[in-house]
Amino acid sequence: MAITRAAPHEEGARRDRPQAAPAPPARPDEPGRLTSPLVLTMLLLLMVLLQSPIRRALSAPVMQSWTTVFVAVVVQALPFLVLGVLLSAAIAVYVPPSFFARALPSRPGLAVPVAGVAGALLPGCECASVPVAGALVRRGVTPAAALAFLLSAPAINPIVLTATAVAFPRNPEMVLARFVASLLVACAMGWLWQRLGRTDWLRLPAHAPHEGETKGAAFWDSVRHDVMHAGGFLVLGAMAAATLKAVAPESWLRTAAENPAVAVLTLAVLAVVLSICSEADAFVAASLTQFSLTARLAFLVVGPMIDLKLFAMQAGTFGRGFALRFAPATFALAIVSAVLTGWVLL
Amino acid sequence: MGPAVNRQSQAAVLFLLGAALLHAGTTDLYLRYVKAGLRPLLLASGVILIVTALATAWYEHRRTKTKREQEQQEREQQERPQQKQEQGQQTADAGAPAAPEHAAPEPAHAAHAHPEPRVSWLLILPLLALILVAPPALGSYSATRTGTALQEPLAYPALPATDPLPLSVVDYAGRAVYDHGRTLTGREVRLTGFVALDHDGTPYLVRMALNCCAADAQPVKVGLTGHIPPVLQPDTWLTITGAYTPRTTHDPVNNGPIPFIEVTAATPAPTPRDPYDESWNN
Repeated sequence: MAITRAAPHEEGARRDRPQAAPAPPARPDEPGRLTSPLVLTMLLLLMVLLQSPIRRALSAPVMQSWTTVFVAVVVQALPFLVLGVLLSAAIAVYVPPSFFARALPSRPGLAVPVAGVAGALLPGCECASVPVAGALVRRGVTPAAALAFLLSAPAINPIVLTATAVAFPRNPEMVLARFVASLLVACAMGWLWQRLGRTDWLRLPAHAPHEGETKGAAFWDSVRHDVMHAGGFLVLGAMAAATLKAVAPESWLRTAAENPAVAVLTLAVLAVVLSICSEADAFVAASLTQFSLTARLAFLVVGPMIDLKLFAMQAGTFGRGFALRFAPATFALAIVSAVLTGWVLL
Repeated sequence: MGPAVNRQSQAAVLFLLGAALLHAGTTDLYLRYVKAGLRPLLLASGVILIVTALATAWYEHRRTKTKREQEQQEREQQERPQQKQEQGQQTADAGAPAAPEHAAPEPAHAAHAHPEPRVSWLLILPLLALILVAPPALGSYSATRTGTALQEPLAYPALPATDPLPLSVVDYAGRAVYDHGRTLTGREVRLTGFVALDHDGTPYLVRMALNCCAADAQPVKVGLTGHIPPVLQPDTWLTITGAYTPRTTHDPVNNGPIPFIEVTAATPAPTPRDPYDESWNN
């Protein structure tokens, strides 16, 4: 593996870049500076040497359960993240911007619902939709439409709706309610962004413009960047979800289920905190039998749109300023939409 | 947390991550964390991560090589004008066109300036957890903290006439609670699950039911009564032979129904290949 090869060269070259061309010959590295391949090698060696103390520290039941849930969330989400990253890299490199200009209505107000319904075409969970939405914005799609896609894709795709139908065999209206409520929130958020959103809130990480590179190089560069970037935030979210799953007692839920308003709020917060994949959340909702159907609908509408793991990934992809404004608005709108839809349909 | 992650390290992390996924997917390790149906996706993403790592290393190798060649050229060109001045004036203007030529590739290089955020270092954690620790499937700790997730079965298909009758914990509990044991009376059944002890010491035989990954795993519990082994260690796997009893209780966590089984024999069993019950997936 290329852990140690050619490292000083890269580090040195990076610090030289802001300076005008022609660059001076690569400076020798400052003595004692830690380069990342060195740190990585040392870290991995240290971990292998400390293997048995680490195992002993993790053998307590709480820690064991934490580690299991943490690994499970990451292992479960990674394939979908990789799928989304491949798709977003393909969009960024091989689909010309003119395609989206033709495919979407030119009026943003119309583009929002079209993009929302198009979310049904991305079969996967929420981890896949974040990088794809990022690529869409970078490809010139109006942010309002890309955000509608971001919110609707994980909630209304056929896999998720089928899972919902399987989980609620006695309440088929739950599938329709989930579809309607989720699409409503997605479109409402898209229009809200169009009215109030400011482009300087969106801070997309400057991707390489891929000039002077072959398409293959640009494609793999985009895959590498997105996996490292979104993957890091995925790990952060998985840690938060595992902590809550291992520490918070479930008996709190029983008292919360008694008041209808508190029940809706509790399940909405629980959806944020648990960060369950949208393909599986219907089964968890089905098991929360002490709660009303409307409260469980709120769980299903909120979960795919905003949770700890998604918040971390959105902050990474679109910037923290964006995520801090977008997440609370989505949360509030999702609850309102779920309550209204539940009132009409359930 | 450390310096920004450069490309060589990224290639190494991606490679190790892909290898860890392949390792989990080709052994039964992945069954501790996710449903069996995720295996093809897991293997495919492992391969893609490794390919990404190799592509990153290869393009990086090419990039440093062309950069080195450019620097070589620049150095030669810096030296050349001096030589030319010495050589004479007739060739002095020949060096001029070279300047824009090597200035042009610079913006393309500047495009790669953004370093990866330090949060990427976190990807090492699941890697270490998966390879060094490989935590076990969820056990009695989660089972006693979470209420039973038993749901009413859609139907009660006829049971084969074998004796003793092997049943899953979920199937037995569903038939015992919601069908009042009609298909179970007079049969000797055999269940496999792990032991969990309630706060007041009530022993349960538990199987965690899983829909997607261990984060959504929920226990289904069956209470043990009759000839229970004198010492029950939580998390040990047992195969129980016994008969239906109408006795039920309620889970102290979520008030869910828990049926009992009248134990006639209990033998230690190895941990099954798939420690979770995935019957709800189908």
